[in-house]
Amino acid sequence: MITVSSLLDDHWYERYKKISRLNIRSSIYDVTDHCNLRCKGCFFFSSGEHEVASEEKDVSKWHAFVEKEMARGVNLAILIGGEPSLCLDRIEAFYKRLPTFCATNGLIKVPRDRFPDLMVGLSLWGDAEDEKILRGKDTFRISSANYEGDRHAYYLYTITPKQLGKTEKIIRKIADVGLKVHMQLLSNDEGVDGFSWQADELVAIRAEMDDILDQYPRTVISSKYYHQIITTGQMLGRKFGWMECPSVTEPIDKREPRPKRLTNFIRWASDLQTMHRCCTSETRDCSTCKDGAAHMSWVMVNKRAHIATTRDLQNWIEIYEMFAKLYQFIPW
Amino acid sequence: MNNDINQTITRVAEIIINELKLEDVTPGTFDADLDLVDEVGIDSMDLATIALVLRDEHGIRIDEDDYPKLTTVRIIAEYIDNKLTIGE
Ligand code: SF4
Ligand code: SF4
Repeated sequence: MITVSSLLDDHWYERYKKISRLNIRSSIYDVTDHCNLRCKGCFFFSSGEHEVASEEKDVSKWHAFVEKEMARGVNLAILIGGEPSLCLDRIEAFYKRLPTFCATNGLIKVPRDRFPDLMVGLSLWGDAEDEKILRGKDTFRISSANYEGDRHAYYLYTITPKQLGKTEKIIRKIADVGLKVHMQLLSNDEGVDGFSWQADELVAIRAEMDDILDQYPRTVISSKYYHQIITTGQMLGRKFGWMECPSVTEPIDKREPRPKRLTNFIRWASDLQTMHRCCTSETRDCSTCKDGAAHMSWVMVNKRAHIATTRDLQNWIEIYEMFAKLYQFIPW
Repeated sequence: MNNDINQTITRVAEIIINELKLEDVTPGTFDADLDLVDEVGIDSMDLATIALVLRDEHGIRIDEDDYPKLTTVRIIAEYIDNKLTIGE
């Protein structure tokens, strides 16, 4: 039988042991159905998720809801939107009780006196030109001023095909404002012209992401295995898609055979009653889904499949560490 | 008692080998004191699967809060025997 220690030297084994018992149990929460932007390709609006449920406005209900979520075993709350920073009281219901991550466009600064170590992910869709096309605004100018040097914030850079050859400039801008960055790929749910990935572009962006990681190891929270998985959609000869996805809401997951999946995971709508299908768009075609968290989780839940060779297990460790850093379970 | 625990150890090892599809090991050669997380690499979902088999076989419920302490085959076997003894 292959054991973990037989594959790893002391250094890697120590790294493995730091994460092997973390047992992260996340769920995702739509905090509101409003946003102060309307980005083309935002899955929340394009799939009509803002209309399937109307947001719960009574803050006391949010507090009671979070208590119930904790009783369900959730130990990481991932807040998305609409735009969560429009509803600070709701964020607080989570933040007071649980490790909490908040995705935001960064136009409104989350007050640090009220939320000192709330992990904030700042969405960014490219350079100023692309941001204006897709989001109507150069958000980086505002979000970087709001969060410069913040130790509990990082950029969630959604790379589009138009960014090929231009990503280094953006990473440098992020490094210059003293922030870190996690990269993911646009899924282009609204089919905006020129923003869907072609096979050759995926090959090219993988090489570019690898180069950036080599060049900016202190700024980029990533791993080459993650780049491989997200650009190829392949892991250990298996293809990512509906029958492999770990991020499907558990109570409505009727897949047979049931794949390895996130324990107790639910994505809740902001009425606190409706469950969405998965961590991202209800209407997205799974065969072209590029969701970064789903791909990372896919690797993470398939640990035993990676206990085969030293390189496989190291790959698994790097992705788990990356996830744990992004959600503050281990330091940067 | 010793005989019983050895039987339970063998059965737990067998379940783990089958559920995790472990190769090159038998219930007889499985080290009952091997750390299941640090060495075999099982996760909470694996434990939940193992717990389901044990529930069906012995009619005992393994509380999810107990998962972190169930770190070896021997500890799991003792946990089961203990639950059976107190008639849970
Ligand atoms: S800022 Fe985020 S929630 Fe708002 S429209 Fe853009 S992608 Fe959607
Ligand atoms: S759209 Fe993506 S995250 Fe959602 S179920 Fe499909 S593969 Fe999974």
